[in-house]
Amino acid sequence: MRNICTMAQRELGAFFLSPIAYAVNAIFLFTAGLAFGLGTFGPGLEVSLRSLLDFWIVLILVFVLPMLAMRLVSEELRNGTIETLMTAPITETEVILGKFLGALGFYVIMIAALLLYPIILAVYGDLDVGLLICHYIGLLLLGGLYLAVSLFFSTLTKHQVIAVLASFALLALMTFAFQAMSQLVEGWPKVVLQQLSIRSHFHDFVRGMLDLNHVVFFLSTTGLFLFLTVKLLEVRRWQ
Amino acid sequence: MIQVRNLTKSFGPLVAVNDISFDVERGGVVGFLGPNGAGKTTTIRILTCYHPATSGSATIAGFDVFRDSIAVRRRIGYLPESTPLYPEMRVREYLDFRGKLRGMSRQDRTTAVRRATERCWLGEFIERPIGQLSKGMRQRVGLADAILHEPEVLVLDEPTIGLDPNQIRETRNLIKELGEQHTVLLSSHILHEVEQACSHALIIASGKIVASGSPKELRDRFSSQGQVIAEIQAPPEDVEKAASNIPQVQGAKASSVDGWTHLAVTPKPDADVRADIFRMAADKSWLLREIHREGATLEDFFVQVTARQQDEQRERVAGR
Repeated sequence: MRNICTMAQRELGAFFLSPIAYAVNAIFLFTAGLAFGLGTFGPGLEVSLRSLLDFWIVLILVFVLPMLAMRLVSEELRNGTIETLMTAPITETEVILGKFLGALGFYVIMIAALLLYPIILAVYGDLDVGLLICHYIGLLLLGGLYLAVSLFFSTLTKHQVIAVLASFALLALMTFAFQAMSQLVEGWPKVVLQQLSIRSHFHDFVRGMLDLNHVVFFLSTTGLFLFLTVKLLEVRRWQ
Repeated sequence: MIQVRNLTKSFGPLVAVNDISFDVERGGVVGFLGPNGAGKTTTIRILTCYHPATSGSATIAGFDVFRDSIAVRRRIGYLPESTPLYPEMRVREYLDFRGKLRGMSRQDRTTAVRRATERCWLGEFIERPIGQLSKGMRQRVGLADAILHEPEVLVLDEPTIGLDPNQIRETRNLIKELGEQHTVLLSSHILHEVEQACSHALIIASGKIVASGSPKELRDRFSSQGQVIAEIQAPPEDVEKAASNIPQVQGAKASSVDGWTHLAVTPKPDADVRADIFRMAADKSWLLREIHREGATLEDFFVQVTARQQDEQRERVAGR
């Protein structure tokens, strides 16, 4: 537990020292601000982040979070610091969980900045705090899953660009393509594709429904990818 | 302190370490010597729990490197060959992080970081980002990290590579000093270094241990052939004849070099004939301007054993 905290602290600190993390955060805030200004903030529109979250934020996160997470393990593999790290008394599980939590911490800071939007909206109308909380729970679960997938690809290769591209591909597939494909088929393939589609699961959080089904989906998929990442790191050392 | 039994590591068809066994006693500096690609780093990576072995076993301080990996890692300090560090961190931050990983309390860390940076002459660089430091400085940061938690065993992989001569000397002295409190396993392909810093040396070639002993023992196995060279002012024939008459001398050869006679004497095993040659020159009232023994170095021994090993391997391959 102590080691996980140490690792998470070091990763969070590394983000603040990394120009890439600032650039990623800037891109995130700029595109999110653009989507908010053009799509959500206007006369006659609803006082909530619903339209923003339903499509734009999900799309932005698919691109932004892999860029944030790409360095987590790739950089250690490239610099060779993985050798000093894994010869210290720390297990693979602790390393991966620490790195995951560090990145999640940075992500929380990123989405906390979005709180500015509901505050602006609250000036013009009544804000539904319950809905907002539901949105943030959804955002946290969504970001966690994206980071876990990106962390997996970061552990797969020492080339950060490859890690990013592979993460983009899988996340875009799971978020958008599965949903679109489910429209084209009938019967059990439709059910399977719908169940695997991240966006369908996220949609209920946007609507303000906190369904245990979706929470379990996000937590278990995140857990699965973290487990695979730990195993991948263990396997690398056997080679 | 370190026990290695029948350790083998192969990467696919390549056998990097081939069935090696050795023991390292507590205390002292042990040199792990071999040409590049001999299997030094692979062996070290197995001992530091980075790579698992293909077969065989190794224990450090009584703990198995595979089964009690965490217990082993707590007891070792390791400086890998390329000194990997996080360039964005400051020296103090990095050492503090490494101390935390080893479960040290805040107070312990403060004192340990101060002590380690003082020992490695890093005091004034403690607040500098690691990325701005020179290669030699980074090497010191790595060394400071390795000794931070006062480990029982220190494993240093090529610690003086890339340093300037002054830094090499300082580092060697530091390693000798550390050998008084810790067991140090030092890998190197520089023989001179091992001769100077180590109390015991293991020579590895093509994945096998080919010789083991103190640098002096290893040298002595060779030094029977160490010739004594003298320069005397007298006719070469007379000098050769007189030298051959010394009882401890096996053979003598003299030649004329710009007016002086260059005498090369091969003594009998374990004999020192330098005093006899001086007495010979004094008795005959010959002028003697130089006398010295060609020291057989560890280098000669090393070249011989590793060459022999490579020949054997070639024969094995050819015979197949």
